[in-house]
Amino acid sequence: MNALFEYLLRVGDDSLILGHRLSEWCGHGPILEEDIAMTNIALDLVGQATSILKYAGEVEGKNRSEDDLAFLRFDRDYRNLLLVEQPNGDFGMTMMRQFLFDAYRKPLFEQLTNSSDSQLAAIAEKSLKETKYHLRHSAEWTIRLGDGTEESHQRVQEALDTLWRYTPEMFIDDEIESELRKTGVTFSVEELHASWTKIAKEVFDEATLVIPDNNWEQSGGRKGYHSEHLGYILAELQYMQRAYPGMKW
Amino acid sequence: MEERNVEELERRFQEKIDNDIRIEPNDWMPDRYRETLIRQISQHAHSEIVGMLPEGNWITRAPNLRRKAVLLAKVQDEAGHGLYLYSATETLGADREETIDDLHSGKAKYSSIFNYPTLTWADMGAIGWLVDGAAIMNQVPLCRCSYGPYARAMVRICKEESFHQRQGFEIMTQLAQGTPQQKEMAQDALNRFWWPALMMFGPSDGDSKHTQQSMRWKIKRHTNDELRQQFVDVTVPQAELIGLTIPDEDLKWNEELGHYDFGPINWDEFWNVVAGNGPCNKDRIDTRRRAKEEGEWVREAANAYAEKRRMKKAS
Repeated sequence: MNALFEYLLRVGDDSLILGHRLSEWCGHGPILEEDIAMTNIALDLVGQATSILKYAGEVEGKNRSEDDLAFLRFDRDYRNLLLVEQPNGDFGMTMMRQFLFDAYRKPLFEQLTNSSDSQLAAIAEKSLKETKYHLRHSAEWTIRLGDGTEESHQRVQEALDTLWRYTPEMFIDDEIESELRKTGVTFSVEELHASWTKIAKEVFDEATLVIPDNNWEQSGGRKGYHSEHLGYILAELQYMQRAYPGMKW
Repeated sequence: MEERNVEELERRFQEKIDNDIRIEPNDWMPDRYRETLIRQISQHAHSEIVGMLPEGNWITRAPNLRRKAVLLAKVQDEAGHGLYLYSATETLGADREETIDDLHSGKAKYSSIFNYPTLTWADMGAIGWLVDGAAIMNQVPLCRCSYGPYARAMVRICKEESFHQRQGFEIMTQLAQGTPQQKEMAQDALNRFWWPALMMFGPSDGDSKHTQQSMRWKIKRHTNDELRQQFVDVTVPQAELIGLTIPDEDLKWNEELGHYDFGPINWDEFWNVVAGNGPCNKDRIDTRRRAKEEGEWVREAANAYAEKRRMKKAS
């Protein structure tokens, strides 16, 4: 197995699938400004997916384009976190999912800007700029909703309770990570986890939200064991490529 | 005495208009000028917002990453246009929330083209090419509209619309040059969107109740029929260029007039859709209303939080 290829799929698929979920909001946001913001974040994520999967295709060396990878793999070949494929739910659920993810991606891209793989470093640098803005946006909403009204507090706390089980998957240290770490392509997962925990704690404190004490972990996405939701996402995402195989658009 | 004052104000107002001097938010203006602008600009804003839905319908199914990104960017532009335009109505004293409520109650109208469903990917091409193309015809003259904030908003909007029109035409070109299945998809989209696109310019001049006054006030610079003719003249050669057929048996070049003659528009259909009986009117409004209702708690939370912050700062 090519560790770098596998790793790029993880990062790229996270962007692809979360971008897909966010774009489902388009035209349905609670205020017009949020329709603009969520579309913008979705656009950044699709852009990240494009450059990462393009590079993944090059690394794999089997002549697969970014579109081949995005649209023509089968369900078990996607490597995204279970977190990002979870349904949008209400705006509180969407913002909580986004915050948990952004708080992981910002320190991740910070690490990767120092990657020994120059192309990955360049992608990380560009993505980091966007992710800082995403994190500011989702952290602000987490605080606003957590410390807003009783109803908003309850909704966003429930979102945290629901999504918490998917967070440990972001910090699984497996053979892919350890192999890439040897050559300085990636860095300490432990440090990444510590950075994430710090950001999350600060924001949850200000938002008056309580971290659930249930530490039950739900994972599998990194190995291609997904939730039932992914199949439906792919049914939509891949529809055109499957219905009209081999055509140019 | 007062009546003479108003007459004098109206005379000076019209003089400014006649001399192409822009009217700005704090200038005196006749109530009917203000009302006409609020109606027209909010209608335009609503069209941008409702218009996000038929295209939003295809974002998750876009055929490749590039098309997906372009479509996302386009729909985002539309939300942005809605925002500037609602702000322009606010300079006239309208309240954004009330304006939106008028849309939801059916009191305010929006472009009836968005009441047609987007059934295939080719509809993304047809909408960009025809609907944004028609919108540009309508909107370029609005950059010279007598009301300053509207005119300035339109300058920016038109730049983005012309990019939208190009990307739509590019989608259609790609399909028209593609497989027979793709070409058929493109032709089908053209067949469905051609006539509704012509209806976008509004009723014929004889039946348009606002045109005359709006032209005197230089809110409008051309009549509906003039703009429609211009659109047909520009679009027919584009269709020919990519090998698609305009679905109008009466369409032919009129050498004498230097224009295309085209067949009669089905105005019954137009008035029916305007009245709320198009294929998607109910869905579109229900969707927008639901977005507002489901977002209520979010807006309340944002206000409550802002209030808490103010209190904290004050103490």
